[in-house]
Amino acid sequence: MLAAVVAAALYCAPAEAQQRLRMSTTTSTENSGLLKVLLPPFERQNSCRVDVVAVGTGAALKLGEAGDVDVVFVHARKLEDRFVAAGFGVNRRDVMYNDFVILGPATDPAKVRGAGTAAEAMRRVAAAQARFISRGDESGTHLKEQELWEQAGIKPAGKWYQSVGQGMGEVIMMSTEQRAYTLADRGTYNAFRHGKTDLEVLFQGEKGLFNPYGVIAVNPQKFAHANYGLAMKFIEFVMGPEGQQIIADYKVAGDTIFFVYGR
Amino acid sequence: MRTAIDLILRLDQDVFAAVWTSLTVAGWSVIFAALLGVPVGLSVAAHEFRGKRATITVLNTLMAMPTVVIGLIVYSLLSRQGLLGFWGLLFSRKAMIIGEVLLAGPIVANYTLSAVKAADFRIVPTALTLGASRLGAMVQLGREVRFGVVAAVIAGFGRVISEVGVAMMLGGNIRGFTRTMTTAIAVETSKGEFAFGLALGIVLIAVAFSINVLFHFAQESRP
Repeated sequence: MLAAVVAAALYCAPAEAQQRLRMSTTTSTENSGLLKVLLPPFERQNSCRVDVVAVGTGAALKLGEAGDVDVVFVHARKLEDRFVAAGFGVNRRDVMYNDFVILGPATDPAKVRGAGTAAEAMRRVAAAQARFISRGDESGTHLKEQELWEQAGIKPAGKWYQSVGQGMGEVIMMSTEQRAYTLADRGTYNAFRHGKTDLEVLFQGEKGLFNPYGVIAVNPQKFAHANYGLAMKFIEFVMGPEGQQIIADYKVAGDTIFFVYGR
Repeated sequence: MRTAIDLILRLDQDVFAAVWTSLTVAGWSVIFAALLGVPVGLSVAAHEFRGKRATITVLNTLMAMPTVVIGLIVYSLLSRQGLLGFWGLLFSRKAMIIGEVLLAGPIVANYTLSAVKAADFRIVPTALTLGASRLGAMVQLGREVRFGVVAAVIAGFGRVISEVGVAMMLGGNIRGFTRTMTTAIAVETSKGEFAFGLALGIVLIAVAFSINVLFHFAQESRP
């Protein structure tokens, strides 16, 4: 019986002739749906498969530090620079960008809409003790949020501040249910805007809310088993005309989700 | 591993909060699950009625319900668009308890049922002949099979305290409020914080062990 099951499993397993590229990335590239259009052409051209692990930026970089992936695709410039400086990664490239937005219920009980700066917006949320849901997962978005609280001179604590340790999509859904404020990247928000959430962008457009994404190959000198060749092919692909075009053209219900440089 | 033990010894506040949430949610859930499950198990086992086998099959199927399916069903009921959305319960401990009761109730009922099946089938008729009321006979039956009933409650408790699907979907893993040991482990691992996750894992096993020791003594002591 057991033998039959094992035999069947072996029979059904696909041939392992294909090369695999292991990539850790943030939940925003996955939840926004970008990877679904970006990866297939690359996989076809190189007859390979990309295994995506979508976690927060902090965890994505940690997977790189442990040599568990070949390439990382994240958004936290400071952490990325540290990752490269410590010798874990090489050939960092700026792929694309979007921005962070402060979301909240249309009724806007904390009056975030009239705020002059992002820090001011955060102060208003705290002053009103309006519910705020934090990613709380060391992701790029969480780091940006902490930066904003720091600028606002506030240490958020109390019943109104809920740290949930989940991905961007889950946090937008929770905030929708709880009529709460949250910080989100525009990419994921746009992907959820039609039908999934009725939260509105209450603050946007500040320079400090810029959100650049970078791609980094894991250093082959540190991890001999890393698939450096394929990682570099991937970087060339996303930075090349085809990859950049796919990113620039990617839209969800008419909204551009990510922007590329120099066009 | 050393960091993990350090965290436990320092009684880290986050560890403590997660343990407390786990215990209170599991405690209430198992009380309600027992209040529902034990009578259902006893009466289904002790009575002959049409559709008895179908009822048992349904109970068995409910035992195999994936936690995420229970989570999804309760979520869609409690969500603002859902039938019970006006309660505003989603992402609270109450929501978690509702889900956990649905998870543990069938387990308690099933274990009770099999305990009765294994017991002497003459208990109820004998009690009735000796002049006990219908309810009295059921209570007598419950006493006779108390060992099995306690085992049923332990099984329900074990299921609730170790699961992550219902707790994550209905509680939302809110730090210091609905974050349980299991959801915290899931999240800490996704952050790459293995020490904290491991600390919670150790506490979880220790807590489960102590609870079972307590139950063991409860079973051994004769009335």
